[in-house]
Amino acid sequence: MKVKVLVTPKAAVLDPQGVAVRDAMKHLGMPEVHSVRIGKYLEIEVDDKTPNLDSRLNDLCRDLLSNPVIEDYEVVK
Amino acid sequence: MKFAVIQFPGSNCDQDCLAALNGIAGVRAEYVWHKKTSLDGCDAIVLPGGFSYGDYLRCGAIARFSPIMASVVEEARNGKLVIGTCNGFQVLCEIGLLPGALVRNRALHFICDLVTTRVEVADSAFTHGCAQGSLLRLPIAHGEGCYFADEPTLRELNERRQIILRYATADGRIDASANPNGSVENIAGICNREGNVFGLMPHPDRACEERLGSADGLKIFQSMMTTIESRRQQAA
Repeated sequence: MKVKVLVTPKAAVLDPQGVAVRDAMKHLGMPEVHSVRIGKYLEIEVDDKTPNLDSRLNDLCRDLLSNPVIEDYEVVK
Repeated sequence: MKFAVIQFPGSNCDQDCLAALNGIAGVRAEYVWHKKTSLDGCDAIVLPGGFSYGDYLRCGAIARFSPIMASVVEEARNGKLVIGTCNGFQVLCEIGLLPGALVRNRALHFICDLVTTRVEVADSAFTHGCAQGSLLRLPIAHGEGCYFADEPTLRELNERRQIILRYATADGRIDASANPNGSVENIAGICNREGNVFGLMPHPDRACEERLGSADGLKIFQSMMTTIESRRQQAA
């Protein structure tokens, strides 16, 4: 099965990439854009029968795939 | 006095650290490959700068799981001096030996420059060879050196005097113009609560000879040596 993980910067963390992209979007004809936040998208292929998939995946999201100091994550199946 | 310089795949200041340390009388620095699991016999541990694991995922995110890191954590918990410069600082934050995190520079650029930092705590294990408020000229070279910590963490860092170095102007003022990367409160280097783990974005390893533009980095390594020596005498 395929599991998707979205990692996004926390609201309090400066996201200069997002700001630069927002400015570019405004410059290219979409002044309506208020803000852009740039995160990461991971596609993970994993065995269907993986035991305790949810909790193990969450552990790895917390310890490896995201840094809880600066990022939030969401697992989408 | 033996310093262990940890080498991760992608470290690129390991040689700078080794050369700088071996240039100091009384120091013997040796590489320790990240797949090793023991740090027995060393007096201090250095996590050098570079791009461990290509900075994949986040800077330091994968290096923190290297086999040697279990020993680094254990030795740190036992009170051994640990210094992480640049990528080494990022690894120390990722593994949780230091609070906060390092994110993309505010201006997005990779910055390579010689900057001024101010010694905020002059009685730490890493800076007691410096006067309070004295200025150290140190090189920086990073793309992700913007220090971030949430409000409660920042308050604690200030209250416990864990902020060791801040970016400063040439005349020692702490203001936005001196902040190269957007770090909160101009933070350039912090230590842990116990005071034996120090992380900083600048490179003292690249500032140990006047002909490199500054020898101020020596003050940090020499402070470490004095700390180690006085601990030995206390133990004896």
